[in-house]
Amino acid sequence: MTLEQWGNLSNYSVVSATVVLALAFVAYAAQWGFARKVVAVREQVSVPAGADDQTLAGPEPDRSDAAGGIGYSLTTLAEVILVVGVVTRGLAAERVPWGNMYEFGCIAIAVALAVYLVLVRVWDIDWIGALVTIFATVVLGSSMLFVYVPPGPLVPALDSYWLVIHVIGAITAGAAFLVGAAASILYLVKARAEQRTPEDQRTGFLWRMPTSASIDQVAYRVHAFAFPIWTFAALIAGPIWAQAAWGRYWGWDAKEVWAFITWVFYAAYLHARATAGWRGKAAAILALVAFGTFLFNYIGVNLFVGGLHSYAK
Amino acid sequence: MSSDLAPELGWRGMARWAWRQLTSMRTALSLLLLLAIVAVPGSLVPQRGTDARAVESYLIDHPKLGPVLDKLGMFSVYTSPWFSGVYLLLMISLIGCIVPRSLVYLRALRARPPKAPKNLLRFPASHELVTSSSPDDVMTAARGALGRARIDVVDRDGVQELSAEKGYLREAGNLLFHISIVIVLIGVAATALLGYRGAAIVVEGDRFSNVLTQYDEFASGALFDRDKLPPFSFQLDDFAATYQVDGPQRGAPLSFEATGTYADGVDGKDAPFSIRVNHPLKIGGASVFLVGQGYAPVIKVTNRDGEVVFDEPVPFLPADSTYTSNGVVKVAEAQPEQLGFQGFFLPTFVEGEDGATRSVFPAPIAPILGLFAWHGDLGLDEGRPQSVYVLDKTNMTQYMDADDPEEGYEISLQPGESQKLPDGHTIEFVGLKQFARFQISASPGIEIPLIGIVAGLLGLIGSLSVRPRRTWVRARQDGSRTVVHVAVLDRVPRVDLPADLEQFVRRLKEPLEPPSNEGEGA
Repeated sequence: MTLEQWGNLSNYSVVSATVVLALAFVAYAAQWGFARKVVAVREQVSVPAGADDQTLAGPEPDRSDAAGGIGYSLTTLAEVILVVGVVTRGLAAERVPWGNMYEFGCIAIAVALAVYLVLVRVWDIDWIGALVTIFATVVLGSSMLFVYVPPGPLVPALDSYWLVIHVIGAITAGAAFLVGAAASILYLVKARAEQRTPEDQRTGFLWRMPTSASIDQVAYRVHAFAFPIWTFAALIAGPIWAQAAWGRYWGWDAKEVWAFITWVFYAAYLHARATAGWRGKAAAILALVAFGTFLFNYIGVNLFVGGLHSYAK
Repeated sequence: MSSDLAPELGWRGMARWAWRQLTSMRTALSLLLLLAIVAVPGSLVPQRGTDARAVESYLIDHPKLGPVLDKLGMFSVYTSPWFSGVYLLLMISLIGCIVPRSLVYLRALRARPPKAPKNLLRFPASHELVTSSSPDDVMTAARGALGRARIDVVDRDGVQELSAEKGYLREAGNLLFHISIVIVLIGVAATALLGYRGAAIVVEGDRFSNVLTQYDEFASGALFDRDKLPPFSFQLDDFAATYQVDGPQRGAPLSFEATGTYADGVDGKDAPFSIRVNHPLKIGGASVFLVGQGYAPVIKVTNRDGEVVFDEPVPFLPADSTYTSNGVVKVAEAQPEQLGFQGFFLPTFVEGEDGATRSVFPAPIAPILGLFAWHGDLGLDEGRPQSVYVLDKTNMTQYMDADDPEEGYEISLQPGESQKLPDGHTIEFVGLKQFARFQISASPGIEIPLIGIVAGLLGLIGSLSVRPRRTWVRARQDGSRTVVHVAVLDRVPRVDLPADLEQFVRRLKEPLEPPSNEGEGA
């Protein structure tokens, strides 16, 4: 195949992946919707036998579970197509496929979906599926609409093996941050509901999710996994590469500033979890603010602020 | 003198109170958030340290807001008193946290696991089981089930008590991480004090010697002796740039390479070098980086008698990605009046419908030089340092167009072309050279923060992944059977503690014999 054909295949794949992801989101939304009348199932496991039979009687949980299963399958399918899109993009450009903002968006979502799909298997966290798929759909869709560039060579500053190390680190951390942010949102929702909803009104998908304490633990673990990787990508690999490319380790370039701010906010989150008065709600909000700074660094700094890291176009 | 409380309210008490506040976790957390917030403006407003020119143009564009921001230190956020204040407070808070915790940890390292509390079953994660094995066997089984942990077994009037603690590495990692942050910050500061950084433009064919006068920009740390720049020199023979010639990314740079020879030391032998982006040249403890490039048209000026008064390449500084470049030519030897030129250089020009020329490609396919001319006094003799890229027009008069006195006299030259000026001088665009902009810097001791941050990362991973846990097992002989109480406690509360307890109990039970007569306790 010619470079142009690879490029076209990549574009078709990314479009298809976005469509499939949108469908996955619809399925995950249905998983929530179908569970409207369902009483908390998971929490009733410890309740003496007998009560379970009633809650499982209606058709809704089956439909909800089926929708969740479809969501998971569609997400897997979208991931496969997206990986094809990313790989063929690399073949079309004859280099690693993360040299500009469009490509970064594609590979970041591919990695985020991979992390999500694996974690669903490990920790059974498909309850964040709706949030992850809608986020991924929006990022992929807007990447194509607003920052698409045809495949081409790298600018000389990016032509380094640090491009692999630094960017993969940032993307992996970002993928985990996304899962952590989704879990933190649901933690806030669930913790609030646990406080305000009387026992007899606890129906719907929210009550099929794990307890807020379990969600909090998932969020913490994901963040605890991501934070060292972010430290490595932003504060070790980044400066070493910056020294080789620009002759200084740290120069307070806009992207560096925001990477540092993200790092500080996640550090604050980890500390908040061990500080009286900050545990729980405040810590979860900190994690979301931290993710906000991460997103701003990707979108805001690339498009509106500029600086040495501006490879958007 | 009247109250017993008086000494506590004195300055010592105040100081102690302030110290405790500063080193508390809450304060540290607030300072951390404050640090993130005060770092923001530096990313939104141009900074003198990174882009002084952008600051100047910002001040011109915002005549009202600019000076206010300048007063607040917004153009040098990261060296401003308020930014430094926050991070110094954070440093003190950090050290105030590390020192006592290290002492506590050193004591804890030598300490034995805490004794088993009286009633183990009052713990949320606890379990009771009954076996016909002896208490000693229960202890052996518990040791086996615990694996690597610090374990004490005591016999209290026939009741065997086991206390175990594991996960000491968590706090070690935590302390290592925080200590290494201090090391990194000190290391970075020391490197900045001992190092230097400068930049110089070198045209093809020219030689750069590492002495202060050869630099266009130079900055060094307070502890660096400017007279002790390592002696080395290098000659730029050739600068090669390639650009994407077709497709949608036409004009995008593909590669830049500066080649030539360099000599290390006063009388070192010349050796060839190649400097590319991401591939600096290391000489004499310094590194030479390629940080920019552009064009230097060779310009020749001859007087009415045909004598050459100026003949050299003049670097024009690029302003955009197609290398629309601006520059200044100063002809000090011209008589009776000095000549000055200011204008632009375009590597590949096209003429638009409005008659204006613009650059469309970064490589020199159709170069053009456009200049305006001034005559008078360049102001070079006044002893004031002058930028070579700025024409001081205070004592100069512009040559105007003969047909339209409102318009400046225009010089437009392609390579090989020449033009006669109104005063009889001739200016010729002889040829084209390229220049490279090098940054030369040394950061001695940079290994220290590097090692520091790598150690910190390892500590961080340890502190986030190691789970400290205390386990107690009490076995009491009760007739022919043994009643066993188990409790597990985590310093950091975790949701999966019950599951872990269940697993531990299962492993504990494995080698034990089931109770002979009755079932396990509820």
